[in-house]
Amino acid sequence: MSDASLAIDAQGEVQEEEKGRPSTLSRLARYSITRLLLLFFTVVIGVYLTILIANMGGYVDEIRRGTIREEVGIEVMADQQLKQLPTEERNAIIAERIAIEEQRMGLDQPFILRSFGFLKDALTLNLGFAEEMYSDTGSRQVKLILLERLPSTLVLWGLANLISFFITLFAALFLSRRYGSVVDKIVIALAPTSSAPAWFYGIFLILIFAALLQVLPFGAMVDAPPPEGIGYYLSVAKHLILPTTAIIISSFFLTTYNWRTFFLIYSSEDYVEMAKAKGLSDRDIERRYVLRPTLPTIITNFALLLITLWSGAIILETVFNWPGLGRALYQAIGLYDTPVIVGSTVIYAYLLAITVFLLDFVYAVVDPRVRIGSEGTRS
Amino acid sequence: MNRIWSTLKDLRNYPSAIIGLVIVLALIAISIYTLIALPYDEAIRLWRGSEADWYNVPKLASPAWFNLFTAHDQPETIIVNSQDEGVDKTVTVKEETTEISIPLTFDYPYEGFPQEITVYFNVQYEEKAPYISVRWFTPTGEELRVGTVSVEGSYMPYRVSQDSKLQRRLGDEPPEIGLLADPNSEEPVALPGTYTMQVSAVAFEPGSDVDAELILYGQVHGLAGTDHRRRDLMIALLWGTPIALSFGLLAAVFTTLITLAISGIGTWFGGWVDEIIQRVTEINMVLPFLPILIMVGTFYNRSLWLMLTVVVLLSIFTGAIKTYRAMFIQVRESAYVEAAQAYGASNSRLIFNYLIPRLIPMVIPALVVGIPGFVFLEAALAVLGLGDPVLPTWGKIINEARSNGALYQGLYYWVLEPSVLLIVTGLSFSLLGFSLDRIFNPRLRGL
Repeated sequence: MSDASLAIDAQGEVQEEEKGRPSTLSRLARYSITRLLLLFFTVVIGVYLTILIANMGGYVDEIRRGTIREEVGIEVMADQQLKQLPTEERNAIIAERIAIEEQRMGLDQPFILRSFGFLKDALTLNLGFAEEMYSDTGSRQVKLILLERLPSTLVLWGLANLISFFITLFAALFLSRRYGSVVDKIVIALAPTSSAPAWFYGIFLILIFAALLQVLPFGAMVDAPPPEGIGYYLSVAKHLILPTTAIIISSFFLTTYNWRTFFLIYSSEDYVEMAKAKGLSDRDIERRYVLRPTLPTIITNFALLLITLWSGAIILETVFNWPGLGRALYQAIGLYDTPVIVGSTVIYAYLLAITVFLLDFVYAVVDPRVRIGSEGTRS
Repeated sequence: MNRIWSTLKDLRNYPSAIIGLVIVLALIAISIYTLIALPYDEAIRLWRGSEADWYNVPKLASPAWFNLFTAHDQPETIIVNSQDEGVDKTVTVKEETTEISIPLTFDYPYEGFPQEITVYFNVQYEEKAPYISVRWFTPTGEELRVGTVSVEGSYMPYRVSQDSKLQRRLGDEPPEIGLLADPNSEEPVALPGTYTMQVSAVAFEPGSDVDAELILYGQVHGLAGTDHRRRDLMIALLWGTPIALSFGLLAAVFTTLITLAISGIGTWFGGWVDEIIQRVTEINMVLPFLPILIMVGTFYNRSLWLMLTVVVLLSIFTGAIKTYRAMFIQVRESAYVEAAQAYGASNSRLIFNYLIPRLIPMVIPALVVGIPGFVFLEAALAVLGLGDPVLPTWGKIINEARSNGALYQGLYYWVLEPSVLLIVTGLSFSLLGFSLDRIFNPRLRGL
């Protein structure tokens, strides 16, 4: 948890290139495929861990066996014909029925074997049926329940993080230009406020804008009943304001401070001085001499930030009643709906991996070492 | 040790560090006070919220200092018991009956109305219950018949506020307003002064006795206010402090130390050990942290210590390992390590006595900055309903406030108090950590 806040020097790992200079495209492809494989491997491990935890390392099976034994016992005792049989014969029948039932549930195989079956199911999003929850279409399939919630989560997080990235980038550049000014000092002073997560600022924002001022809604995604046509989107936009603001506030000051410091370090390089001496405009210097070399690191830093933010999504959506994945998970905890909890974890594993992959891809595109291929000259 | 001492001296130059340090010390002082003044078992018992502990405390009352900001002073709870010293309980024995008179007199200095008025009767009888009637005297000397009480059982409340007959007699005003309202005032305010509730009982058995306890539930209570189960929030606010601090500190310290050790081992041995640590880190960083924590909380148990263990386990292999690795690689090349190798120091001696101590001053800022994250994580789990089942914590107050619609009902104190404590804790540690970072990383000092 502490890493993303302090480390601005986290250089991404770049694959070693031994010889020659293959074309940009093939380099990009190679880099992307290696990352994709590694991330897929990560997802597999994450999901398998999920299965192990969810099955309590096999304990669930013992409970299931116990349930089967009890059910079969009651079934046999309730049967008048079987009840009159001698004890030995009856026990034999019970044992037989238990064996059939266990085979039907797949319990005759060892847990380790079956866990791989679960793994395959989970990876292909074959997530089973919910115990309590329904999707809006009335289905009990965990996959449908969760996929239905996915768009609202993506809208909120995509929008918030996109805005956050650009606002922070421009603010950091602005401050590195105005190093030592009052604004700069204010941002530095406010940097520690980022120790509070987004959901926490959410509670304050709800208190101020929804409860006290009553200008913005408390939560949810649209007004009830949802308006038609263009009104629908306006309503969603209105509901987006507070959660988006909460996400941006929670990371803005610290990230701006970190990136600004980073830009400042790079701005004192000789080649920047040289560019200034040549009389290049500030804009050009920033774009070509400061932003270019720092962008890969900035993106790595942003990726780390995103990973922490995804975790916060669950609580933020709960605080804002946002009908996304996080809220589904929260409801599932309340209802003790095991398949939905496990399913959410699997989906989150995928989402995280996809996020990281997308950023890795952007990284590869902006990092000249991957793009042009000067890797060979690096020691 | 000298290094740490000189750092403390350096801290004096950073006002934000001093503010942070003062708050941290204050929080530690509060924790120690709590542990002594409100022992664990007592706090748990009170927080479980049994009727006997909290029956005389108002529901959802604001903190008492709210009165500083309101136009009309809101009342605190007034309790008059017939067994109190100032109460002049008279028992007159007649031929067949006993007359008991209990004048419950109290001063009412407020302009606001109480939340609720209830009289708790403690009646002793064997077969025939005593006959109890209640009258009310206002400061202007007016007398009002409140009602008669039909006694069932030995200990019973008479909820004056819910007496619909009385309400009709008071001109359809709720009794807690009608009984205290100033008749000459246009706006509804209470008339301050001395009131008396006269309880008169006629007992029909020799050993029969009546005791009464009048409670005017206030609108404000204590420094922290109360929740929907009449519990004083102060208990949870106080107890939340040592819990939050110990969770944050323990998680940060264990995570940092274990990460340091693993990173040190990986860097020293290099090769496949290092490789495995690097790969595990990459995988762990992309694991869904909170969902896994939620699963553990749902499937196993929600105890704070289990959560702490899982949090530490999942936080070991993070980006910090890479940062430390970069530092270790530098340290590994230094001359004193070479000298130690030359005299034949063992690997473990080299790692734990030579490499890791060298980095400890460097990781202290990161450790301190990491604390708020864990404090908020614990609160987050509680907000999700996965808080420790017995311990009163700040996050649990927020969770209960939210699920009881505190923000919709305007009960802001309920959410604000734990939130303010959380942010104060978070800010103090990060202020301190940021200053430490500047001291230990001179590169940042000028910027």
